[in-house]
Amino acid sequence: MNPGYRLYYPRWYRKRVPIFWWLHKRSYAVFIARELTSVFVVYAAAVVVALVLTLNKGEPAWEAAMSRLSHPLVITAHVLVLFVILFHTITWLNLAPMAIVVKLGDRKVPPTAVLIGHYGAWFACSVVVAWLLLWR
Amino acid sequence: MSETLTVPETVILEVFRYRPEVESEPTFDSFEVPFHPEWMILDALNYIKDDLDGSLSYRWACRMGVCGSCGMLANGQPVLTCATYLESLLPGPIRIEPLEGFPVIRDLVGDIGDFMNKLSDVKAWLIRDEEKPVEDGEYLQTPSQLDDYKQYSMCINCMLCYSACPVYRLEPEFIGPAAIALAQRYNLDSRDEGAEERMDVLSQHDGIWGCTLVGECTEVCPKGVDPAGAIQRYKVSATMDYFKSLLMPRSSS
Repeated sequence: MNPGYRLYYPRWYRKRVPIFWWLHKRSYAVFIARELTSVFVVYAAAVVVALVLTLNKGEPAWEAAMSRLSHPLVITAHVLVLFVILFHTITWLNLAPMAIVVKLGDRKVPPTAVLIGHYGAWFACSVVVAWLLLWR
Repeated sequence: MSETLTVPETVILEVFRYRPEVESEPTFDSFEVPFHPEWMILDALNYIKDDLDGSLSYRWACRMGVCGSCGMLANGQPVLTCATYLESLLPGPIRIEPLEGFPVIRDLVGDIGDFMNKLSDVKAWLIRDEEKPVEDGEYLQTPSQLDDYKQYSMCINCMLCYSACPVYRLEPEFIGPAAIALAQRYNLDSRDEGAEERMDVLSQHDGIWGCTLVGECTEVCPKGVDPAGAIQRYKVSATMDYFKSLLMPRSSS
């Protein structure tokens, strides 16, 4: 017998959520991985902001920043960051049709069209940035 | 005969037991039940209750996947036990547990009061500013208008989505997938005028913004409701409303 039990008083059992709950299912682990990649997105944004601020400090500061960034270890790390951000971007864009349901008149725009629109916009932005950086 | 499949004669079910008058921690009881290819998990549970241990407690009602009573975990996955073949979980043993996220009252029976309260918090019913008189006839709807919300109206309140949602398990204040999907069901109904009232509850941190889009609710839904999609659509429309009110503060809505 359970000594703590009293007749007519409910005694619920509440399961505790383990800290590593997200390792119990593959889909949870993928979700946490996607969430963690946002840290790298913040990092990449911070690097760009820092570079813009360096521009303001004159040429020597800029040259120093450039030499730091061209260190092989930094380049290797940034290539890895690029792949992580690509994972983040692709998983993010793939979710867009779930959130955006567009109706034109009585007809629903198919989810693939929403998806193509997002990838198209991403590609267009990338082309503009590439043009600014490489060919201008 | 082309091929003979090896069909087991029996299958073992490991069933979660919690009898608060006897034990303070739950245990598992093993039952050997006959295997029939046409049996669902619920049939096996009914066999246990009828022939092996009459004290086993669980909820069920319709046996055809519309009442939403018999949701449980089968090998850790939230399922409707009346719609899951024993065969799909062979060779066993098959572990049966109550839905996660709800405090267990006894054996496989959870306390679902929290979900019931949330369902009324989000006002999951038709709201109209003014009812038109009966003489004026029905509120007509085109097939396309019906199509806007029909998917969300398929929800049977089985709470599998709550069980699959880690946010709800970690933060029980979260309104949760089904309640938000049902709020969306009425928001998208052309006859309804209650979207603004519901927004007060749903635009809170514990409402749509509590969702981190794990997406498991949609995966486990036996009715194809897609609660995750409903919540993300809600986030988009709440954000649009916010910017509209920022840009056009004097417009009425």
